Amino acid sequence: MDNATTILAEINGNIGTVGYGLAAIGPAIGVGIVVGKTIEGVARQPELQGRLTVLMFIGIAFTEALAFIGIATFFFMV
Amino acid sequence: MTLLASAANEPEPFHPPSLADFFPQVFLFAEPTIPWFEDDSPIFGINRIMLVRFIAAIALILIFVLGTRKMRLIPTRGQSLIEMGLGFVRDGIAYDLLGEKDGKRFLPLLTTIFFMVLAMNLTGVIPFLNIAGTSVIGVPLVLAIVSYLAFIYAGVKKHPGAFFRNSLAPAGVPWFLYIIVTPLEFISTFLLRPITLTLRLMMNLLVGHLMLVLFFAATHFFLFSLGGGFIALGAGTLVFGFAFTVFELLVCVLQAYVFAILTAVYIQLALAEEH
Repeated sequence: MDNATTILAEINGNIGTVGYGLAAIGPAIGVGIVVGKTIEGVARQPELQGRLTVLMFIGIAFTEALAFIGIATFFFMV
Repeated sequence: MTLLASAANEPEPFHPPSLADFFPQVFLFAEPTIPWFEDDSPIFGINRIMLVRFIAAIALILIFVLGTRKMRLIPTRGQSLIEMGLGFVRDGIAYDLLGEKDGKRFLPLLTTIFFMVLAMNLTGVIPFLNIAGTSVIGVPLVLAIVSYLAFIYAGVKKHPGAFFRNSLAPAGVPWFLYIIVTPLEFISTFLLRPITLTLRLMMNLLVGHLMLVLFFAATHFFLFSLGGGFIALGAGTLVFGFAFTVFELLVCVLQAYVFAILTAVYIQLALAEEH
């Protein structure tokens, strides 16, 4: 009985996974803001769409880099 | 999961994807080795990923050489595809960000970066190759260093002597703030730029490969090891696997575009009059 409960309660894995989950929150919000604002901008001025799309991808690239640094830390810190 | 697996008849255990997938066995040039580096790792060792990189490079060269050998004023279908790709890099990336004069100078570099990243990314979704040449740090690191040297070269050539002062100590800041601003500018410009270029490309492709392997390994496990009611789940993971393959195709093109456009942005910032 006691043995069974210990086995049921066992979780194995690495706490670094949780760390990556936390690291993904910020970039997710950031990318959402970047894309949302771009859509707002295009809705206001559709003729600027090409220029705004380029800026959007640059903004996304800078923001999501944080998430990928988050993945990488797991490999060289653990 | 272990309980369910033991209920089935002679179950094959689930094989989750791991980082070992990215370090396959060296099958050619196992000598010479570096004694002090990572347990005698071979210097010129050719493994599956290196082979995939060679295939991608040869395919890229063949496409461009054969496709542009007989150029016509009215292009054939193949020639117009190549023209579309080259024109996209020229108009969409180089001329758009750098202007016609500077764009022309850096066009060969940007074109090479774009098509090299694209070719090495696409091997990740091509059947039987199945791993991206950029999913191990070598290629992204080399390209990031090339991009790093390119923007420093552009800046030093345009503003000899003033480039490092401009980028480390931007004008219009009260003097006491330089204590904070200069280290921050140094870290963000000269350390984080190459690191983020490398990691963005590599991690995108690495994670993409892990996701695809996870879906297809799960499909195999559900269909052949568990069977029964799990076949429905297996069909679900199979559909998701194909959906993610299409998504990976998008990521491949997007990462090539982002790498080229960030190089162009860094060059543009280095060329700008005032920082």
